[in-house]
Amino acid sequence: MLSAVMMALLTPAESQALLLSLRIASVAVFAALPFAVAVALLLTRTRFPGKIVVDGIIHLPLVLPPVAIGFLLLTIFGTRAGLGAWLFQTFGIRFVFSWTGAALASALITFPFQVRAIRIALEGADLGLDEAARTLGAGWLDRLVNVALPLAFPGIVAGVITAFAASLGEFGAIITFVSNIPGETRTLPLAIYTALQTPGGDAEAAKLSLISIVLALMFMTLAEIVQRRMRRS
Amino acid sequence: MSIEVALHHRFGAFALDAAFRIERPGVTALFGPSGAGKTSVINAVAGLIRPRKGRIVIDGRVVLDTNAGVFVPPQQRRAGYVFQDARLFPHMSVADNLRFGWRRTPNRLGEDGIARIVDLLGLGPLLERAPKALSGGEKSRVALGRALLSAPDILLLDEPLAALDAARRSEILPYLGRLRDETKLPMIYVSHAVDEVARLADEIVVIRGGRVEAQGSVIDLLTKIDGSIPTLGAVLDARVEVHRAGDGLSVLSFDGGQLIVSQIARGVGDRVRARIRAEDILLAREEPRAISANNVLPAIVSALRAGDGAQTDVQIACGPAKLVARITQASVARLALAPGVAVFAIIKSVIVDSSN
Repeated sequence: MLSAVMMALLTPAESQALLLSLRIASVAVFAALPFAVAVALLLTRTRFPGKIVVDGIIHLPLVLPPVAIGFLLLTIFGTRAGLGAWLFQTFGIRFVFSWTGAALASALITFPFQVRAIRIALEGADLGLDEAARTLGAGWLDRLVNVALPLAFPGIVAGVITAFAASLGEFGAIITFVSNIPGETRTLPLAIYTALQTPGGDAEAAKLSLISIVLALMFMTLAEIVQRRMRRS
Repeated sequence: MSIEVALHHRFGAFALDAAFRIERPGVTALFGPSGAGKTSVINAVAGLIRPRKGRIVIDGRVVLDTNAGVFVPPQQRRAGYVFQDARLFPHMSVADNLRFGWRRTPNRLGEDGIARIVDLLGLGPLLERAPKALSGGEKSRVALGRALLSAPDILLLDEPLAALDAARRSEILPYLGRLRDETKLPMIYVSHAVDEVARLADEIVVIRGGRVEAQGSVIDLLTKIDGSIPTLGAVLDARVEVHRAGDGLSVLSFDGGQLIVSQIARGVGDRVRARIRAEDILLAREEPRAISANNVLPAIVSALRAGDGAQTDVQIACGPAKLVARITQASVARLALAPGVAVFAIIKSVIVDSSN
């Protein structure tokens, strides 16, 4: 039914951009999630010299121009040299000009959102429960999997949703890193940009913008609801 | 069964410097005012804090020896811990909380063992509930069951009743008593409430300012009047002699005499602990004849200590048993009480835990 509605309301190019955005955001967020949990744990549960620097680096994507991040990724993962060349020649993995590259860029940009939400949940955790689990025979991994993470679950969900919503809006890093290829890397924001570049494309741009607004609002509300639940319990 | 504890640790300006040995199984109370370091001691026994220096041996197993570099982590210590605030896992049902430690111990009880503990603590109706749907007393009982099911070598209880009101407290106390009598598990019980200690403990270690100030059996220590510990009138290990059908009273015997109490729901021959408050003991120089009190025991004054205000604690010996009467200094003078004087102790009321 949903696809029927989409068919009726959107042109094939528009629905392609929408679906691509959703796919890239999903992959970006879920691929980054384990790393976000690990980093959040590192920042809440351990003490090490230079922690403040690590913290800063994690939050860098929030303040750096996305274009700069795109350029950085292009430098690292371009297939002509360095890591990108090695990955391409050894495994045939190529990020540039590919939707997976768009997912990588989105993951990086939205990583701070995830870390932040998970970290807040972990910091709010009752360390007394961790002690109780220890006296009941649970080792650290056991306690992490069975006590800390389940209790941080609402925070993790909130982080995932916020990151997902932010990921849908990523433009600069994607267009710089993986270009603007219809059906491959042309997500909603890139489609809006393309429409604006086309004579008489204003209506098209407005329609796509409206879709973006609705999506963003939907996910932000969802994240807020989850976080309220967390506070209540 | 023995437990050996020697600790040296600093928390900011507070120094913990405590050492004691427990030779007999049963309940040892760590008794002392708030902030004395009692909880730190059991945290060290559980492994939740790592003292700078120390040695802890539980039943022959060295779990801490800073000289030898031994530190067994809490998850391997087999020390069950009942926290003051229960600390149930909020994302699990009562049943899952109970089985948390059980799943993780190699020598776990069978299903019948679980059923026995569920029954002992009256947890049956709570199993499917979430922790937040439990009352304070119910939470304490679940925490107790959870610790027991982890098959510990020792049970550590950190004021498990302190967070409860008087009604809830008297709801839990019988369970703790049953636990002591039925499991034979050694327990270290942190408390600053002398009535709890008198009811549950066999041995008392008095801790003050991070140091062990006194140690001894409940029966000896709670009838001391040297000020090291709040005095109770008497703690007597007694035996049920006979239930008198005619007048609804029970006769208990102890080393030093007999006590007549309201009929208790225990079998003849059972061991019970009788407690008498110092305020409930009157002293007379001559044997009172027409008197409503059921218990009048001949005794010899062994020591006196003037307390705050007008009160004096008079320690008397009734055979090998010691009792303390709290009377006014004026009465002491009027009766010319001094060590060696023969008196009669008139006991107004005896507290016996009738259910075990």
